[in-house]
Amino acid sequence: MADTLFAAWLIARKDLTIEFRTRSAFFSAVVFALLGLVIFYYSWDPTAVAVTDLAPGVLWVVFTFSGLLGLHRSFGVESADRAIDGLLASPVSREAIFLGKALANLIFVAAVQLIAIPALVLFYNLPLGDIAAPLIAIALLAAIGLVAVGTLFSAMAVNTRLAELLLPMLALPFFVPVVTAASQATAKLLSGRPIAEAGAWLKLLLAFDIVFVAACTLAYPFTVED
Amino acid sequence: MKPRSSKRTSPPSAPTTSSTVTPIVEASDLTRAFGSRKAVAGVTFSLAPAECLAVFGPNGAGKTTLLRLLAGLLKPSSGSARLAGIPLPGGTLARSRVGLISHHTMLYEALSARENVSFAARLYGIRDPRTRVDDALSRMSMIERADAPVRLLSRGMQQRVSIARAMVHSPQVILADEPYSGLDDSGARALTALLKELRSAGTAIIIVTHNLAEGLSLATHAAVMQRGKFVRYEPSDRIDAASYAATYREAVASSG
Repeated sequence: MADTLFAAWLIARKDLTIEFRTRSAFFSAVVFALLGLVIFYYSWDPTAVAVTDLAPGVLWVVFTFSGLLGLHRSFGVESADRAIDGLLASPVSREAIFLGKALANLIFVAAVQLIAIPALVLFYNLPLGDIAAPLIAIALLAAIGLVAVGTLFSAMAVNTRLAELLLPMLALPFFVPVVTAASQATAKLLSGRPIAEAGAWLKLLLAFDIVFVAACTLAYPFTVED
Repeated sequence: MKPRSSKRTSPPSAPTTSSTVTPIVEASDLTRAFGSRKAVAGVTFSLAPAECLAVFGPNGAGKTTLLRLLAGLLKPSSGSARLAGIPLPGGTLARSRVGLISHHTMLYEALSARENVSFAARLYGIRDPRTRVDDALSRMSMIERADAPVRLLSRGMQQRVSIARAMVHSPQVILADEPYSGLDDSGARALTALLKELRSAGTAIIIVTHNLAEGLSLATHAAVMQRGKFVRYEPSDRIDAASYAATYREAVASSG
């Protein structure tokens, strides 16, 4: 187990180093997220929809689609000159490869959220104050679920001709429970309700995370078997 | 290894060893099909430590598939293969004994040569790999460009780094698929010298190449592969180079 986690960390660190050097996917995801927030802002009629009703949906739509940019890159870096063969031929378990990729993706998505959440608060003039900590917890729980499913489908889609289309088509149906739970929990927080009222949605997020992290880790080896 | 058969011009029967040395690589009727097409069709051989099998053949003969089976990257459709006694595709233990060289460099362009080799070394369980990484890069004359990002290196230099990457954990078996691809004369000489040195030290090598001269200079055994089968297999000391070249040309010509 320790070897698996160490190997996963090595792979995640390698992926993050590559992303830090190239910054291609990160900039794309951040710019996409900010543009999404701006477009939603200008299409919003504040007299028809309250900001606390609109913001959760905007936040999670933007996170979902900007996250997909990072997820697509995840196995894309391995397909150039068949670097994936080097990983698969090494004495590292397939599960470690998946966990390493998922960890790098989680840090990637969290970094995008770190920029997008303050931008949302500024644009929509939201009362963040007391809800910052619970909102970060919701964001993290949702990100784990999105990343687990997205990383698996990224591995499946990478070698197909229509990878950029296939990844969202495969992943988005599985994202629905996460996005629903996260946006509902966020709406409760933004409308000033006590965190306890979002408890059921948080439990759903937690259950989704546990089930899908385990299931996707176990399923990944089958995606790399010929 | 002492195969029962010597020079053949027809498909050979299973070439096996009568040697007392335990083979480190064994393939028995190894077959791999993609749909209805057999890329590898009933290949049988064994290789002891310090032996080298050179596999020649036309494009599409199944040479790369054979190496991918032995590297644990593909599962056999039927038949079996063993590496150090471990049935393949095996697990982490079998893979830890193999160094894979390919005509794909398997490198990350955004990382430096040193970072690529160091990453590989750590995956193979070498906790503090600095000395071994520098040694592997030095052997391939890449130490002076060790900190250059791989994307800035020429194709030949990338191939040298890729070879250093495959050697850094001192594998017991080296699987080399077109390792001379992209190398200049100096790189090719360095690679040949390195492979000879490793073979002398007990490493078993399976090399797939179109370069008959380089392949035969390294090999203790040689095979010509065509349509997934070994159509010729023999120890290199019994090889008549001219006749071998003719078989190879014939295989290439008949492949279209």
